[in-house]
Amino acid sequence: MSDGVSTGAVNRLQPHFATPAQQYETATFGMWVFLVTEIMFFGGLFTAYLMYRIQYADAFAHASEHLNITLGCFNTVVLIGSSLTMALAVHSARMNKSKSIVFWIALTMILGSIFLGVKGYEYHHKWVEGLFPANWFFQAPDAPRQRIFFSLYFAMTGLHATHMIIGMGIMIYISIQALRGAYTSSWYTPVEVMGLYWHFVDLVWIFLFPLLYLIGLH
Amino acid sequence: MEATQDRVTYINAGHTVRSWLLTIDHKRIALLYLVSITFMFLLGGMMAGAIRLELLTPPGDLLDSDTYNKAFTLHGIIMIFFFLIPSIPATLGNFLVPIMVGAKDLAFPKINLLSWYIYIIGATIGIIATLTGGLDTGWTLYTPYSTAFATTNVILPATGLFITGFSSILTGFNFIVTIHKMRAPGLTWFRLPLFVWAQYATSLVMVLGTPVIAITILMVILDRCGFGIFDPKAGGDPVLFQHLFWFYSHPAVYIMILPAMGVISEVIPAFTRKKIFGYGFIAASSLAIAIIGFLVWGHHLFTTTQSMYAATVFSVLTFAVAIPSAVKVFNWAATMYKGSVSFESPMIFAIGFMGLFLIGGLTGLFLAILGLDLHVQDTYFVVAHFHYIMVGGAIMGYMAGLHYWWPKISGKKFPEVPAKVAALLIFIGFNGTFFPQFIAGYAGMPRRYHYYPPEYQVLNVLSTMGAGILGIGYLMPLCYFMWSLKYGEDAGKNPWGVLGLEWTIDSPPHPHNFHTTPIITSDPYDYPEMAEALGAHTGHAPAEVAHV
Ligand code: HEM
Ligand SMILES: [Cu+2]
Repeated sequence: MSDGVSTGAVNRLQPHFATPAQQYETATFGMWVFLVTEIMFFGGLFTAYLMYRIQYADAFAHASEHLNITLGCFNTVVLIGSSLTMALAVHSARMNKSKSIVFWIALTMILGSIFLGVKGYEYHHKWVEGLFPANWFFQAPDAPRQRIFFSLYFAMTGLHATHMIIGMGIMIYISIQALRGAYTSSWYTPVEVMGLYWHFVDLVWIFLFPLLYLIGLH
Repeated sequence: MEATQDRVTYINAGHTVRSWLLTIDHKRIALLYLVSITFMFLLGGMMAGAIRLELLTPPGDLLDSDTYNKAFTLHGIIMIFFFLIPSIPATLGNFLVPIMVGAKDLAFPKINLLSWYIYIIGATIGIIATLTGGLDTGWTLYTPYSTAFATTNVILPATGLFITGFSSILTGFNFIVTIHKMRAPGLTWFRLPLFVWAQYATSLVMVLGTPVIAITILMVILDRCGFGIFDPKAGGDPVLFQHLFWFYSHPAVYIMILPAMGVISEVIPAFTRKKIFGYGFIAASSLAIAIIGFLVWGHHLFTTTQSMYAATVFSVLTFAVAIPSAVKVFNWAATMYKGSVSFESPMIFAIGFMGLFLIGGLTGLFLAILGLDLHVQDTYFVVAHFHYIMVGGAIMGYMAGLHYWWPKISGKKFPEVPAKVAALLIFIGFNGTFFPQFIAGYAGMPRRYHYYPPEYQVLNVLSTMGAGILGIGYLMPLCYFMWSLKYGEDAGKNPWGVLGLEWTIDSPPHPHNFHTTPIITSDPYDYPEMAEALGAHTGHAPAEVAHV
């Protein structure tokens, strides 16, 4: 961890901090505070979901049957895998291996892209089936309630996907920096902070998957 | 006293436009915010003027109902989201928090600049929306009106609000991290000035509440695009929107008032030359307000489908939130008691704050009574209540702070006499505008109509006249602050002769604030006890004992 004396960290010290240790703690603490706001951000949607889920339990269960559990499972595995590769990227930084940082981040991005690709396929399918709320032509006794389910489905997974895309944008930047040798074992705060963010995004999916895909199962 | 021109200050450190627009100095960013929110305040003020002129006479003659709806909607949105929420935190807070914790800057200077750009983008979208048809849903954006029925373009202004929210989140985020991690050696939590405590509590609300309104607005935008989250036709629940909206918007009123309370907690001991009474209680009450403030939103839903049990709990909790507010007022009063109070302009604003906040807070208790609220909900009584808090309280506090720290910010003194006149005009004009609205509202005049039965006219004429006086009062500081920039005397380090880390550094400060990192060894507000001070210094603490 940051030992506060090594040269890499000293070179990186911004003028308004007293010590590298302070700078490091500030950055990681900042990321945690940011993640708290993210929890509240998703929290609003989860609250809306839970209220309707309680009110319209049957309609939600029926609507959920239109989701493809196999694809959902597959994506869950892919995303958990990407958390692993991200953790390995941070580990490589700690071990002072710039090349393997780039390797693991690239792998994380590939897994992220697979996830998004599958998600896009699922979206397309829902669109064709007439299950996209703005393009709704689905008919069933409880179709209007199901439309609420799909409104929330698209809002929640869409927001999640947006977070992934932003994360992958940041990964591109970090890989370029890593290629230039910016990160050493004494200073790799951006890689670590990026890792925290990515794990958070994965964690959101761990909640989304059962809430959206599995409620029809008993 | 050294001349300002001879040394580097944050103001003369660069003269190009670029050096201002790309600055990461928290003091310059504070000024960028100051200019931007002042502009928005004038814009919102113009809308208010239009509303008051319309209400001068009972028939709807000046504005038609559509235009009137747009006027009060935009007035509310601009004043709340683009002026009052950023007001004290983004200007005075930005300027002072790093200095008061003895740091060279906020924890994340670039994010600080980013927050201003986000604000500007949001505000620009808001202004474009205003010019291209406006918005008529009320600042509350209630569904299904905003999603299914509004004839104006809801998506554009809602996008502006969504974006602006992130500037607020980033400011709060920056303050929290700064206060945790950037304090100077020796500056323990209980040596922090109360202004910093207030900013900390405010930041908690910003960071925890704003994301919720952001996501709620996003859901409104999606509904407007054909989703059905709040659509009653599909079984959606508009009251759910109200819950989510007020989950943020009640705490948001504390984003507006807590920083003002922080300012008052600085100004009162300064002009009383006395240690503040009950430091711990004031600090803790800020946190208590921030926390309990998250549990009372249901008092905006007393007349909806909310269950009566929920309503009872919300009513009791609303009473509870008044307790920490009252603790502060009692502590300020106790500080002034037997102090050597001097009535410089910041102090006059502070005393005005106390009076107006008291009325606003107490009428809030009326509204928290379930039965009474049924009678006055959606009348001018509510309008008067929240203006007493937000305009009478928060803006008075903002004014007190601007006057108190202006010499530090600009390095210049402003003339006292017009400042005192302005304080008086604002106090009189404010009461003239809003006190009659309590009466009109209690008598049944509903809000958000552009015509009314003739029996309310006398009260409305009084109100419009008061607004005229208030407007003049608000314009005056603009004039003498500008004047002072050119003609004002140099302020020196400590023109008021008061304590506080910020008064030990140059005015205007060096870009890095401190030449050497300060080491804090004493409490803030360590004014020598009255008797001693009166002997040698006619009640003014000498600058040397300053809080270092
Ligand atoms: C001192 C404690 C306070 C109490 C007990 C209190 C109580 C209430 C209650 C019960 C209502 C709902 C009235 C209704 O809609 O029928 C209300 C409305 C309101 N309050 Fe307060 N309040 C307090 C402080 C504040 C503060 C500090 C602010 C702002 C800085 C504020 C701003 C507002 C606003 C904006 C509304 C009405 C919004 C609307 O419906 O458009 N209040 N207050
Ligand atoms: Cu409230």
